[in-house]
Amino acid sequence: MTDIPADEPLHEVTVVVNGVPRAAAVPARRLLSDFLRHDLGLTGTHVGCEHGVCGACTVLVDGRPIRSCLQFAVMHDGAQVTTVEGCSSGDGGLGPVQQAFRDCHGLQCGFCTPGFVTTITAYLDENPQPSEDEAREAIAGNLCRCTGYQNIVASVLRAAELRGSTGEVAQ
Amino acid sequence: MTTRMLGAPITRREDPRLLAGQGRYVDDIGAGALEVAFVRSPHAHARIVDIDVTDALDVQGLVAIYTHEDLPGRVGEPLPLLIPHPALTHGRTPCALAKDEVNHVGEPIVMVVATSRYLAEDACDRIRVSFDFDPPVVGIENARDGAQLVHDDVPGNVAAHLVQEVGDAAAAIDAAPNVVELDLDIERSASMPMEGKGVWARWDSDDRSLRVYTSTQASTSVRAAVAAKLGLEADRVEVVAPDVGGGFGVKIVHPWPEEILIPWAALTLGQPVKWTEDRREHFVSSAHERGQLHKVRAGFDDDGRLLGLDVTFWHDNGAYTPYGIIVPIITSTQLLGPYKPGAYRVEFFSLYTNTVPVTPYRGAGRPQGCFTMERTMDAIAQHLGLDRTVVRERNFIQPAEMPFDHGLTFQDGRPLIYDSGDYPASLEKLKKLVGWDEFEQYRTAARAEGRRVGIGLACYVEGTGVGPYEGGFVKVETDGGVVVATGLTTQGQGHQTAFAQVVADELGVPIDKVTVTTGDTRRFKYAVGTFASRAAVMSGNAIAVAARQVREKALRVAGEALEADPRDLEIVDGVVQVKGAPGSSVPLATVAVLSNPLRYAFDEETQRATQFASPADPDRPPVAEGDSPGLEGTGYYSPPRSTFANGMHAVIVETDPDTAEITVLRYCVVHDCGTLINPRIVEGQIHGGVAQGVGGALYERMVYDDAGQLLNASFMDFLMPYSTEVPAVETDHLETPSPLNPLGIKGAGEAGVIPGSAALASAIEDAEGFRITRMPISPSELHHLRVQHELASSAEKGLEA
Ligand code: FES
Ligand code: FES
Repeated sequence: MTDIPADEPLHEVTVVVNGVPRAAAVPARRLLSDFLRHDLGLTGTHVGCEHGVCGACTVLVDGRPIRSCLQFAVMHDGAQVTTVEGCSSGDGGLGPVQQAFRDCHGLQCGFCTPGFVTTITAYLDENPQPSEDEAREAIAGNLCRCTGYQNIVASVLRAAELRGSTGEVAQ
Repeated sequence: MTTRMLGAPITRREDPRLLAGQGRYVDDIGAGALEVAFVRSPHAHARIVDIDVTDALDVQGLVAIYTHEDLPGRVGEPLPLLIPHPALTHGRTPCALAKDEVNHVGEPIVMVVATSRYLAEDACDRIRVSFDFDPPVVGIENARDGAQLVHDDVPGNVAAHLVQEVGDAAAAIDAAPNVVELDLDIERSASMPMEGKGVWARWDSDDRSLRVYTSTQASTSVRAAVAAKLGLEADRVEVVAPDVGGGFGVKIVHPWPEEILIPWAALTLGQPVKWTEDRREHFVSSAHERGQLHKVRAGFDDDGRLLGLDVTFWHDNGAYTPYGIIVPIITSTQLLGPYKPGAYRVEFFSLYTNTVPVTPYRGAGRPQGCFTMERTMDAIAQHLGLDRTVVRERNFIQPAEMPFDHGLTFQDGRPLIYDSGDYPASLEKLKKLVGWDEFEQYRTAARAEGRRVGIGLACYVEGTGVGPYEGGFVKVETDGGVVVATGLTTQGQGHQTAFAQVVADELGVPIDKVTVTTGDTRRFKYAVGTFASRAAVMSGNAIAVAARQVREKALRVAGEALEADPRDLEIVDGVVQVKGAPGSSVPLATVAVLSNPLRYAFDEETQRATQFASPADPDRPPVAEGDSPGLEGTGYYSPPRSTFANGMHAVIVETDPDTAEITVLRYCVVHDCGTLINPRIVEGQIHGGVAQGVGGALYERMVYDDAGQLLNASFMDFLMPYSTEVPAVETDHLETPSPLNPLGIKGAGEAGVIPGSAALASAIEDAEGFRITRMPISPSELHHLRVQHELASSAEKGLEA
């Protein structure tokens, strides 16, 4: 039997999400994914497995992709977090990766999509002009049950093209 | 002229919202609701002796604990058996919470409600259930053997037994000059959508109404089930399928236990309650499919033409039969594919095992049927030393033979009659696409490099768009916007785009004026659901019918306003105008105002409309008999029977001579699903289906041990393909319109998955030179087969020497 204290202590956690400081008091065991979704109301980040395999919950912490279902919110007090909601363009329209998914039909049900968008956003920062093989490799840690990935690979290439033409880079 | 939308590969209208993180999936809804976790059975077959909740009672945030004893009346009775069939003589369904016994690992026993899921799980951890164990029945062989029973009152574990026969198959085979016999085996997999199930419910005691959000493929039927179980009038129950993160069949089952329990708890507690399935729960308590053993005898002439086909198969239906025996019925009819079987006899046994229940997963029995028939075709070709495409061609139903009546009964209880299709043309396209005739050169070149390659193909016919009906509602608002609703649900098929395309064409409005709602019982009350590749066929046509009514009324009302004969009018870009005289026109928005005699001047459009309004005839009622206010229509489409799509896949594989690793080098698809509404969406459906087909052929299986424990109930151990495992898909298509419906559409949703195992088995067999009879196949299994084969052939050589 797990021992849970009758009154679970709460910890104030502050993160800068998509450029905006947000705070909530949560138990130490609160997952970062639940913190973002349910404490901060940013439900764009999805949870497909809660054991670190599907990648749907991927967010960027200080620019690096992490699986928010495998981390506690308290581990990230003070961090800069980018979620899919923050992958939009400056004017609030679709950002280049999001637009590329639309252009290439890179999503069907859309449940896995936020994890792909964040993963690809970080990837293109590192490798702005991937080959097709590199694009396929870049998304090889995320599961999608709908698309068969072909159009997601195309989306990666298209996003690189769009970023190149607008000169836009992620925060 | 407005650009034609039907057939245009436009980008999807739902995407900006989903891409921006603004989707609304069940778990995104209803912050602050009480949350549910379940104690599920850790045992496959046991009787519940005692449930002790004492330790859980002091968990902080606990609100309620319920066991079967607490469920009143119909809530505690067994869940409905959705599709009874006379052959299903021993159907069994579970109770929402287990009563006295459990029949598979994962069956829910206790429901805990708390202020958060974390706390609900804390309480679950402290609940002690004691059991008396019964021996579990796992695997088809054990079930068939019948020594142990899943349900005491089901002899031999046989839920259903069905025989269909056309002609005298045994006699035809006995008289045939050639006979092959095959034992074929397909293992379990599952739909496995990225979003599991989930339910949120709220009882509004002031309004005396219940709102339920559920991740379902059939919201109207969930509504009926909830109303019946909870003793509410259906009118007091609203069920909404919000954004749904994939379904692939598993969410067509209804009601799931949770779809009754969560609304009941919300009603009982007077507070919103929600449950979000986690991945492990999904593995052990949602449905699986595919597990079947098949025995085939085929008799054929020296040209490879089938004279008689006799198939017996055993279907593993798991612990219960909530969805009837649809899956084996589909296998038994759809295995015929594009062929004339000669005399045909098929017999199946649907067997209970102590495993997760089996209900349709995309393809629904067809992948097994296709595997059975296509393996038979390859065996015939091998027997006669003929090219595999030649044998298929010789057995095809020809276009001139359409409509073709197989003399069997299909899943919808209607005769199995193919409506249209051109199989020889499809095969020709496929051979060209994959380079069938040039493959031997490629093989020789590869061999010279020490590489082992093989080519395979598989053909299927898919009955789509099963009835009984769907409906559509179309309304032109006074601002010119067009709202559309249909009752069936959406899980990623792009209905908000495809149905808008239909309406834009039928009504002559720009597509960005059209908004489509699906799966919301507040907006449309009658529906069947999204399964069996039926949404585009059924709702597409129903919405077209509704739009045509609206168009007719718009022309009539506009004709009065313009003093023109409606037959001289057309609608272009949302404006009704006299053909050839576009100066004489009235916007649809204005027509919408004119079609309602009550005209408060709320907006500019209403004010503008007054100039067109003709003085009312004081002797006639403002709304004429048989007419109704507003510019709207409701239409239904109910087909006489299913429409049959078809397709063929060819695949080239490379098998590593040392490691037995299997690599798909090329995957080619030719498909024919009639008129396409949106080729981009159809192509996406094909890609996704192929990925699931490849997964089912090479990676996915449910690994149960003898105790009935599912050993790989996580994404770490159940191997779904990533981008690196799915080949690029090359496609070509035919469009043979269906004569059965106004738009000529056939379904496309399931097509991509059907021939996967069959085509890959064919290619691997071609690469290796020995018969492949079980799928999925892993490198270690292939290696094992190689060893066996070498032993057998050296023994043979020894004998000869
Ligand atoms: S939900 Fe985090 S990896 Fe799947
Ligand atoms: S779009 Fe549905 S899981 Fe990827």
